[in-house]
Formats: sequence, structure tokens, C-alpha cells
Amino acid sequence: MKSFTYERADTPAAATAAFARAPGARFIAGGTNLLDLMKLEIETPAHLIDVSRLALDKIEATKEGGLRIGAMVRNTDLASDARVRRDYGLLSRALVAGASGQLRNKATTAGNLLQRTRCPYFYDTNQPCNKRKPGSGCAAIGGFNRLHAVVGASEACIATHPSDMAVAMRAFDAAVETVDAAGKVRAIPLADFYRAPGTTPHLETVLAPGELITAVTLPKPVGGTHVYHKVRDRASYAFALISVGVIVQRDGTGRVALGGIGYKPWRVEAAEAELPRGAKAVASGLLAGAKTTHENAYKLPLVERTLAGVLAQAKG
Amino acid sequence: MKFETPATTNPIDQLKVIGKPTRRIDGPLKTTGTAPYAYERHDVAANQAYGYVVGSAIAKGRIASMNLDAAKAAPGVLAIVTAANAGKLAKGDFNTAKLLGGPEIDHYHQAIALVVAESFEQARAAASLVRVEYTRGKGAYDLAAAMGTAIKPQASFGTEPDSGIGNFAAAFAEAPVQLDARYTTPDHSHAMMEPHASIAAWEGDKLTVWTSNQMIAWSVGDMAKTLGIPKENIRFDSPYIGGGFGGKLFNRADALLAVLGAKAAGRPVKVALTRPLMINNTTHRPATIQRVRLGATADGKLTAVGHESWSGDLPGGGPETAVGQTRLLYAGENRMTAMRLAVLDLPEGNAMRAPGEAPGLMALEIAVDEMAEKLAMDPVAFRVLNDTQVDPEKPSRPFSQRRLNECMETGAERFGWSKRNPKPGLTRDGRWLVGMGVAAAFRNNLNGPSAARVRLDKSGIVTVETDMTDIGTGTYTIIAQTAAEMMGVPLDKVVVKLGDSAFPVSAGSGGQWGANSSTAGVYAACVKLREAVAQKLGINAADAVFADSKVKAGRRSAPLGDAAADGELVAEDMMEYGDLAEKYQQSTFGAHFCEVGVDAMTGEIRVRRMLAVCAAGRILNPKSARSQVIGAMTMGAGAALMEELAVDKRFGFFVNHDLAGYEVPVHADIPHQEVIFLDETDPTTSPMKAKGVGELGICGVAAAVANAIYNATGVRVRDYPITLDKLLDKLPDIA
Repeated sequence: MKSFTYERADTPAAATAAFARAPGARFIAGGTNLLDLMKLEIETPAHLIDVSRLALDKIEATKEGGLRIGAMVRNTDLASDARVRRDYGLLSRALVAGASGQLRNKATTAGNLLQRTRCPYFYDTNQPCNKRKPGSGCAAIGGFNRLHAVVGASEACIATHPSDMAVAMRAFDAAVETVDAAGKVRAIPLADFYRAPGTTPHLETVLAPGELITAVTLPKPVGGTHVYHKVRDRASYAFALISVGVIVQRDGTGRVALGGIGYKPWRVEAAEAELPRGAKAVASGLLAGAKTTHENAYKLPLVERTLAGVLAQAKG
Repeated sequence: MKFETPATTNPIDQLKVIGKPTRRIDGPLKTTGTAPYAYERHDVAANQAYGYVVGSAIAKGRIASMNLDAAKAAPGVLAIVTAANAGKLAKGDFNTAKLLGGPEIDHYHQAIALVVAESFEQARAAASLVRVEYTRGKGAYDLAAAMGTAIKPQASFGTEPDSGIGNFAAAFAEAPVQLDARYTTPDHSHAMMEPHASIAAWEGDKLTVWTSNQMIAWSVGDMAKTLGIPKENIRFDSPYIGGGFGGKLFNRADALLAVLGAKAAGRPVKVALTRPLMINNTTHRPATIQRVRLGATADGKLTAVGHESWSGDLPGGGPETAVGQTRLLYAGENRMTAMRLAVLDLPEGNAMRAPGEAPGLMALEIAVDEMAEKLAMDPVAFRVLNDTQVDPEKPSRPFSQRRLNECMETGAERFGWSKRNPKPGLTRDGRWLVGMGVAAAFRNNLNGPSAARVRLDKSGIVTVETDMTDIGTGTYTIIAQTAAEMMGVPLDKVVVKLGDSAFPVSAGSGGQWGANSSTAGVYAACVKLREAVAQKLGINAADAVFADSKVKAGRRSAPLGDAAADGELVAEDMMEYGDLAEKYQQSTFGAHFCEVGVDAMTGEIRVRRMLAVCAAGRILNPKSARSQVIGAMTMGAGAALMEELAVDKRFGFFVNHDLAGYEVPVHADIPHQEVIFLDETDPTTSPMKAKGVGELGICGVAAAVANAIYNATGVRVRDYPITLDKLLDKLPDIA
């Protein structure tokens, strides 16, 4: 770990102002990912701005009938919130499928969105990795890539985004609210939040340097039956091989979002129109253009089969 | 004391303390966090500095240059040790590769430097400033590709690479029913909770190492050889060990580099290995490729048994002895086994819980299940039919005890085996395909010479001292039980001190030899102490009865402590063994039963319940023995379903080198386990009449899981671990 300085911000404005004074700093909240990365010198910020005590830990109703989830709301609190459990069950289920109780107690909503890939080559500083060291190459391509992306990847990077929470938020058409040092506030649809790896896999989101996430908003509830199925080799405490979240309405229409297959939670609205025709048709739309390796090709039939299973479950 | 003829009745047979389910005497220390583990022994030496290991970034080649300037100038740095400045170091007998590499590199993450600093954080930060240029060499990292170059290795630990009797080739060719299948098992990591860790301090030419090590005397000897100093100048102390599974049988880089770092810094130094270093710097269970051929008559009698295994290791290493159990487990007049060894430049392979038998049975016991199906026989009945009470390769040599059939039949009854549908793929529970599997467990019993010292003080406290180790198995408790039984005192009057090389040399912990061997050593020392007590009290040792903290002879009775009224009584002895293990094949047996559910849509596999029935001699402490077996069953389920060190065949290392990537089962994976011990004693093993059980528990488990998956789905997977991607395209079509 590189030596770093530390300060605690009391307000979002103070946090963004602190960043303006120390470009290259990182915001830290729960620290469940960043601290590990700093110990391994994958992240080497010279300055940390602790945002964990900002008053962004409320879940509030919006005037549109949805929820505004403060950036500092802990994963455990979000999963157990009565409104979330009643109206956004998919989100609650996705959250509890992730990490462990201890980690969920610590991890925040904004931090969860910003957690970095679990590609093992990203974590080993002896190996080439374009995400960690731009231009050094991708060791996962041609290496151990059973867990890697099948959609949206590039010649430079086949890493996946590990979040379960983000998969459910994507299904709800969530938006990410931010503020920058100039006090400018914007709302970024989660659909547009993550950047495709292309030739610059080290750039993962559309956030500008120093732009701080303050909340995630959920539009008003959409009803329906919610099922989240996270497929993994061991029953708990493992990242998804793939995950499938569905919201199915009585008339057979609905929404589908996938995790574990790309650099972002994967949703293709056009494919959802095929829901009445069944899993095969939907999966085919979701996975159009998929590119697999010898080790991760199983993810394509797995998505289709898991989707069929959750659709059957949703029908009851 | 020499154990040369089968045991007769002795004080252990009273079973007042031995054989009773007994809580760990060291449990409160562990549950309160006060058991002193190696890295946390802050009190043993003042002024401890921190060492951080730099591992090689390449798997094979040379260090072209190494620049330490920036690291040396970093805050808090006290010393940097490399092969270039460490002086002449020999390689320990138990190490295949050097613990401090350079300029030649033998494997990925081989230690090439230790940075010593005032704080851990300073040492770690400075370690990242060590600049190394490498010249990459060409290495071999792919076992399947290297199979063709494998050679017949030398015998190791008395195990010949090849064996045979009769005419296997002819008998197999003529057999009406044949099975010929290939199986693979991957590299496994011990993944124990406590990392390798050591603190070293020099006082003049005397060295003390506080460490985490299963085999104290071996490791003191290897340290002496490595440094070229007399072993009398070295003390090792390892009283508490947070798991080993074979990964701590020998000195590793933490121990040697702490020693060299302490010399260089002129003060005590502590070193722990990080998770990635535990996986690529230390040892692992090597992958195997196995071919099993079985021939049988139409009515199910095995006539030909053939098993070959290929594995790899660094030059000078040894094979994974995966065919050993096949020499002994089933009858059959025509047999052949063979092990072949290829050179691989991966980190060095070595022992992991039930080396040989664990991966060997992963293959053999699927093969037996497949053969039973070909014969249209129940797999329990097929195994029972092919039981043997003699060593099949040397039929004049009987097993000392062999109740495999009883394990099988008891287990079948208790597990509800009769409810299993022999036709696979037909049992449903909602979305789950459900199946049952069985496999035999087999592991040889090994005994080793083991010494102990026992002390009696005037208050009647008995203190046992031996360099035996407790790697989490419960050794403290069974040793205390042994001394209590022998001296006629309650458990709380016994103090047990372990793991110090200043104590008499024990058998150590490995190969499931520890429990029987170490308690037999304590038995021998207690026999001597009883004689000393009797003599002191003026009674005939043969007449003395030790009970209730008293010594009685006829109408005389004296408190035990009286024998030490004018000074502590001390006795020391070693148990040594004659040829009973040659005359009799001493082995442990069991039957594993498993029920799994497989999600018909996703292929996810979840164990539902497991049962082990074990016949392993006298069970000294049923409570800790059960813990050993359920832990081993859990490890076996991991081997079946998820454990695999992923080899990068281009760069030559294990990619998933932490506990996020190398998955071992969590509680949610293991819903229900049951263990039954058959009530037995084996008088040929020692006066304790016990055997090992800690490795028996893992043997066969993975195959029982694999066979259950087959029964659930009708999909036979012969490559471990059995993950859903290997099932998916053969599961029922989605509607």
C-alpha cells in the first residue's frame, strides 16, 4: 500500500471541494473493495476523502412515487427496507444474494455500483491487464476466463461487473444522481452509467473526475412478480457465473436483466418484447452478438435455461 | 518401549476417560482468542520487526537484475535479504525447490527477497519498490501435454511406482464385462485458515523459531541443514496451528526468511505468507490423469484390476501416489498398477490430506460405480461381493481388521439406500433432480516412533511434554485423556505441552498417523512413570492400581501426589514398532453415502445430506473424531464440486490464488452430515488399539458425490470438479 493522506468530508460540497484540491484522490465509503485494491497497489490514491458520514443514508419517497436511495445507504439496510421489500422485491433479493452479511453491513449503494471487476488477472500485478495498466494487454483472453464476459467485451478486456444490486436496479430503470465540484447536479440513467471497455477498459463509468454519487433513484413501482436467480458453483459467498432478474406481469409482459455476462448489468428492452414467446426467444435477443471462449461458452445455454426456470417460477 | 506383539488388556481398556466424547481442553483458549498462534506471539521476543516476502513474477527463468535502491531507501526499512546476500544455503531434504530463489527461478512466486521494516505496512510498501528484471525461460505447465514425457519414478516412502500379480492384460481382455475409463483430478490447495507464519530470533549462535508447523523434528533438521548449523542450536516452538492439511509438514519461505531476516536486521523478525503466496509459493496437491480398467465375470466377480496415474512435479519431486488404494481395496487375481511422473514447472506438489488415496479414490470409486451399472448390480452389493480379507497382491498377508462390508451395509440401512432408484435421472423433487451415491473410504494406518516425557508433582498434577503438534485435530485432548487414563486422574489434573523441539521427538501430525502414534508414546512414558511411582511408594508395580488420583495395592492406598512428595517424578520413553505392520495390512475403512439435488434447469448441484460410516480402530475421542470426519467430508464435497487451482498454461501459475477465487464449501453447501463409528479395536496397531481417522474421512467422498450426481441426472462426469458447465448440454431439454 502506498502512503496516503486522509480527510473526512461533512457535506457533499465539502467532498467535491476536497477532490478539487487533491486531483487523483478517491472517495471512500465502506471500503470493502477499495482497501483491498490499495493493499495490492492496484489502486494507489495519494489522498482519501471519507464520504461515509455524509447525510446520504436515507431512503425517501419521491414525488413521482418512486424511491430515492441515498448513496451511503448500506446494502443490508436497503435490502431490509419495508418499501423495497414490498415494491422492489427484485432489488432486495439481488442484494442478499451478494457478498456476505458482514460485507453488506459495510458496503454502500454508491460503492456497490463502483466496485471493480473480480477478474483474477486484474488482481495480480505481475500479469498484463489493460484495465489495471492500460496498454499492457489482457491475460484473461487466452487464459483462465471461465467467469468472463460473453457480451459487450472487446479485444482489450473481457472483464465482468460483479454487482448483483446493479442488475436489479437496471431492471427498474434506476438513475444515478451526482454532484460535481461546481455544484452541478445530474441524473444518469443506469443504462448509460457504465462505459463499454473498447480500447479503454480502465475507464469504467461516465462519471467525471471528482463527480460524487449522491443517490440512486427508482421510478414508481411496476408491480409484477419478481425473481432473482444467481447461479454459482457454491451456494453462498461467490460471484455470479450468471444471474437473471425478471419482473413478470400477469399478461406475460415484463423485464429481464442479467448479471455476470458483461461489463454492466445487461438489459435489452427489445428482447423483452419476446417474453410471451418464451425464454429461448428472449435469450436470443439478449445475447445477440455474444462472443465466447472455450471456457465461458456455457454461459449462453445457462442464461437461456436459467431464464426458462425463473419464468416458470414467476408464473407459479 | 517396543510394540512387537498384539496388545493384550492394559489400563487404556478401562475406558474411563479414553473413548468418551470429550470437549477440547484447549477450546476455551481458542474461543476466547487467547491461544497463541505464531504470528501473534508478541511476548516471546522484544522488538520484533516485520518481513514481507517478494515472490517471483515469472514461473521459470532467471533474474537478470535486481535493484534494491528504492526499497532500501523507503521509510522504516531495516534490511533486505536476497539469494545474493544471504550466504550459502543448502536445500532442505523435504523441499523440492529452494525456499529462497535466485538467480534461477523454479516456479511462480518462489521467494526472491524479504524486505524487513519497522512496520508491516512499511515492509509491504518497500517490497513493491524492489525492481526485478527477468529473463523468461520455457517451462512445462500442462499435465495432459506432458503425459508423453512422463517417466517411471523412484520408489518414495517405500511405495513402488509399479505393482502387479497374475496376468492383468490377459484377464482384462478375456473378461466378459469390462470398464476402461479415464478420469482427471485438478490441483488442490490446502487453503487452511491460518497462513504460514514464523517469528525468528537469534541469540548469539542460538536460533529460536516460533512457527506453525506439523513436523517439528523434520523441520528443525531441515533448518539446520539449510543454514549449516548444528540442530542443537535451533529451537522450534509451534503450540497452536490453524490448520495444515499437509501444507505445513515442512519449512516454508516464512520460516527460512524470518531466520535470515532476523540475522540481517539484528533483531527478531516475523513473516507471514499472503494468500497468493500460500497458493503459488508453497505446496499443493498435484493434478492427476488416471486410467482405470476393471474386468469382471458376468456375476460380478472382479478378475482384473488395473489403475494407472500420471502426475507432474518440479525436477526432483515425486508422484501423487493415486494408485495405492487400488492395490488393497478389492479382490481380483490379476492386477496391475503404475504411476508415472512428468516434469512440470508449476509450484511444487506435495502431500495434502490423504495424499494418494484422496485423488485415487476420486477415480476408482466412480469406476466401481460404472462397473456395477454395467453388471446391473447394486453398487453396495458389488463392493460387498468383491471384498477381500487379505492383501490381494500378497494373499498370505491378512488385514489386521477389515469391516468394509459392515460399513457399507450399516450405511445403506441408515441412509435409506433401498429408496434409491437404480435408473438414473428419474427422481424429481420440484425443479430438482435427486440422486444418491455411495463410495468406499480407504486409507492406510501408519505408525511412527513417538516419544513423550511425563512429570508428576506432589499435588498430583501430571504434565505431558512432547513435540507432537495439534493442527486443530484435537491432539491436546487425546493426549490428556491418555495420561489421565494411565495415571488414574481426572482430565483436569493433566497439563499437556506440545510443539516445542525441546520436548521429546514425536511422530508429528501427518498421514493420519498422529493420534495413535503420539498417544502410544504417551502410553509408554506413563508406563515408566507408573513404575517410578510404585517404586517410590514401595509397592509392586504389577499390583498397583491407579484410580481416583490414588495408587492402591491390596489394602494400601496413597494419593498419587505422595510419590512426588520429595521432588517431581519424571519419566520419558518412546514407543517403537516391530514388524506387525508388515505381518498385517493395517488400514482404515469407511462408506460414504451422499444425496444431491441438481437443478434441472441450471445444472446447479447442491449436496442434501451425507453419511459416513467408519471402521478405524478404537475411537479415542468420539467428539473430535467426528469433527475430523465431518471436516473431511466437507473437504471431499469441495473436491467434488468446486475446488480447482486454475492453471495458466502460458505463464505457469495458479490464477485463482485467493479464497475468493479458490472456492471451498461454505455452510450453505453442507446442510446435513452424520457420522457413525463402528465399535472396534485393533490390537496390532499399538496398546491404544487405535488408528487414524482424520484422512479416512475425505477418502471416497468426492466419488460418492459424483455417483449421486450421475444417479440424479444420468450424466457421468469424469473430470473434477463437477461443475454445472459439464452437465448443462446433457440435462433434459427445457420445455
